[in-house]
Amino acid sequence: MAELLRFRDDEPVDHPAVTVDAFGGQANAAAVRVEPGDDARALIPHLAHIRLVEVNFPAFTDGRGYSAARILREAGYTGELRAVGDVLVDQLAFMRRCGFDAFEPDQPFDDGEVRAAMSRFPHAYQPAAAGAQPIWVLRHPPANG
Amino acid sequence: MYAYDQYDQAMVDARVAEFRDQVARRLDGRLSEDQFKPLRLMNGLYLQLHAYMLRVAIPYGTLNARQMRALADIAEQYDRGYGHFTTRQNIQYNWIKLADAPDILADLARVEMHAIQTSGNCIRNISADHLAGAAADEVCDPRPYAELLRQWSSFHPEFSALPRKFKIAVIASEADRAAMRLHDIGIRMVEREGTLGAQFYVGGGMGRTPMIAPLIRDFVPVDQFITYAEACLRVYNRHGRRDNKYKARIKILVHELGADEYRRQVEEEFAHLLTLGIEPPRAELERIKAHFGPPIHAELPPLTAQAGPSDPAAFAEWRAANVLPHKLPGHVAAVISLKPIGGIPGDATAEQMRVIADCAALYSADECRVMHTQNILLPHVREADLPALYARLADAGLATANLDQVGDIIACPGLDYCSLANARSIPVAQKISQRFAASGKGAALGELKLKISGCINACGHHHAGHIGILGVDRKGTENYQLLLGGSEAEDAALGKITGPGFDEDGIVDAVETVADLYLARREAGERFLDTYRRLGMEPFKEALYG
Repeated sequence: MAELLRFRDDEPVDHPAVTVDAFGGQANAAAVRVEPGDDARALIPHLAHIRLVEVNFPAFTDGRGYSAARILREAGYTGELRAVGDVLVDQLAFMRRCGFDAFEPDQPFDDGEVRAAMSRFPHAYQPAAAGAQPIWVLRHPPANG
Repeated sequence: MYAYDQYDQAMVDARVAEFRDQVARRLDGRLSEDQFKPLRLMNGLYLQLHAYMLRVAIPYGTLNARQMRALADIAEQYDRGYGHFTTRQNIQYNWIKLADAPDILADLARVEMHAIQTSGNCIRNISADHLAGAAADEVCDPRPYAELLRQWSSFHPEFSALPRKFKIAVIASEADRAAMRLHDIGIRMVEREGTLGAQFYVGGGMGRTPMIAPLIRDFVPVDQFITYAEACLRVYNRHGRRDNKYKARIKILVHELGADEYRRQVEEEFAHLLTLGIEPPRAELERIKAHFGPPIHAELPPLTAQAGPSDPAAFAEWRAANVLPHKLPGHVAAVISLKPIGGIPGDATAEQMRVIADCAALYSADECRVMHTQNILLPHVREADLPALYARLADAGLATANLDQVGDIIACPGLDYCSLANARSIPVAQKISQRFAASGKGAALGELKLKISGCINACGHHHAGHIGILGVDRKGTENYQLLLGGSEAEDAALGKITGPGFDEDGIVDAVETVADLYLARREAGERFLDTYRRLGMEPFKEALYG
C-alpha cells in the first residue's frame, strides 16, 4: 500500500474510485479514476458531486494526466485531484502546478526530497492551476493590485 | 540582446541546484538509470558511444562575447578543447563526465545560459532566423517572439512529458533561413493591413518520416500568440501517439488527423484557453522588445590604424562569398565558416571561439549568432571594418570562403560519436570537402547545399539538402544513399533517393558526377536545385548508374 501525500485538509473519500466508463452509469459515485486515454472533459457535467478524481500514471513518461488535471481545474473542479501510480518526486512541482493536490506514488516519497522539490523554484513563467502568480504578473503588477 | 532579470536568473540558478541534487541521487543509487534518464535528458545530457554529451541551449542562436568566451572555457576545462555547433543553433560537448555536469551548468548560469530542455520529450530550445534584426526583408525582429516562447516553454508544467520532442522556429520574412516548415511548429511573423500577427505551420519534421508542415492558421494576433501555441501543444499532448516512438511526433498526428481536423481541435482548445487569461500582457512583450534595439558599436581606432588583409584576392573572394546585406546603410552581416577544407563541420576549438568572441565584441556590437548551417554569423558589421575583421579571422583559420557552397556541408556527428548512428558522417563530409577543394569547382558550382546524416533520424537534414546523403548499415557495412532536390528554404521540398547506395569512396564520386552534370546542363542563372527541378531525376540517374 503506497503512502498518501495530501495537500488538503478535508477527509479523504473512503470508497474506491470507479472508471470513467462505469461512472456514466453510477451518478452516485463520488470517486472516479481517469486513465491516460480517457477524456477528462467527459466528467465536466458531473463535477459538482465528484469529491475525488484519481489520475493514473502507469508510466511517468506519459504526460497526458497533466492535461487532464488542468482541464478539470479549468472547469472549476475543487475536489481532490490525486496522481497515482508511477509518480516520482521530480514531477511533484509540475503536478502541483497542474492542479494535483494529492499523491499516491507506487514508491513512497522521501520527506526531505518532497520538501526540496516543493521549495526549489520560487517562481514560474506560466500561470497554472495552483494559483501562484506567473513571473509576468510580478514584472507588471496590476495598477490597482 | 536579451538580458536576464532577477526572475530569469533565479530560474537557472534553481535549475543548477536541482540538477546537482539529481546527479547526487543518481551517483549514490537513490535514482535508477531509468528514472534518471528523463531528468538528465531534460537537461541536455545524453549518454553517447564514448562519454556523456552535453547540449547547451543558445536561445535563437544569439550569443554575446562573454557567453562565447564561457563556452570556450568549458571546452577547455571539461572537454577536449573544442565544441560542436549544431543545426538547432546550440553547442554540444562530446566528452563530458557526469560528475562535472552540475559545475558546467553553474558556469553557464553565471553568463545567463543553461541546458534546460535541450533534449527529452519536451519543448526544445527555440530557434530563429540568424539574420533577425539585420535582414532587410523582415516585417519585424522575430527574436522578441522567440524569447516570449522561450519563457513560456521553460518548465511548462503541462508539457514536460510529451509524446516526443518538440521543436519550434520563428522567422519574420518571406525568405526562410531557419528551415521553419521542417519544425514541429514553424512560425512566420506577418503583417496584415498594418497589424502584426503570426502564421502557424504545424507538423513538419525530418526523421524517418519527413514532412513539410501545413499552414494551420494564417493569422494569430500577437496578443494571442502564446495562447495559440498552448492550444497546439495541448491537442498534441492529449492525442499524439504514445504506442510507437517512431510515430509519436506531432507530424504523424497532424498527418493522421488531417490538417483540417487538427485545426478544428486546436481552434476549439484555443477558444477555451482564451477565456483563462494565460497570455502575457502587452507590457511584457514591450519589455522584451526593448532588449532588441539597433546595434551599438564599440569605439574602434581610426580605420587608418587598422591592418588590411595581407592577401587582397583572398579577401575579395571571402567578401563575395560570406558577406550578406544588412538593413542599415553601411552595415553588413559576415559569416564565419566552420567548414574549413577537410574539417569537421560545426566544430570550433576554444581558441577559435575566443577569436569569434573578440570579433563579435569589436566588430559586431557584441553579438554573434549560431546558424542552423553550423556556421557563426556576425550580424552587425560596419562595412569599413571588413578588412580588419577578415585579417583576424584568416589568422585563426576561420576565413574559409564557402557560404552555401558545396564545401559548406551540414553533417551530424554520426558513428564517430552518436549511439544511434548507422554510419559515419564526418569522414564523408571531409572527403567531399577535400575533393571539391582540389578540383576548385566549389565557387563555380555556386549555391549547392549538401547535407549528410548518419542514420534515418536525419539530424544532418539530408532530406532537405539540394544534395542529401544518408548513411545506412547494409549487412554490416556502411552504405550511403544519395538524395537530390531537397530544400529547407521558402521553396521547401524533400529530396528523392537516386537509386542504389554507394560505399564511402563511391558516394564522393557520385556527388562529383551529379555536380558535373549540373555544370554541363545548367542554364543562365540556375542553381543546382533549379537545374534538377527543370531536368528531373532521369538524367542524374543515367549519369550515376547508366
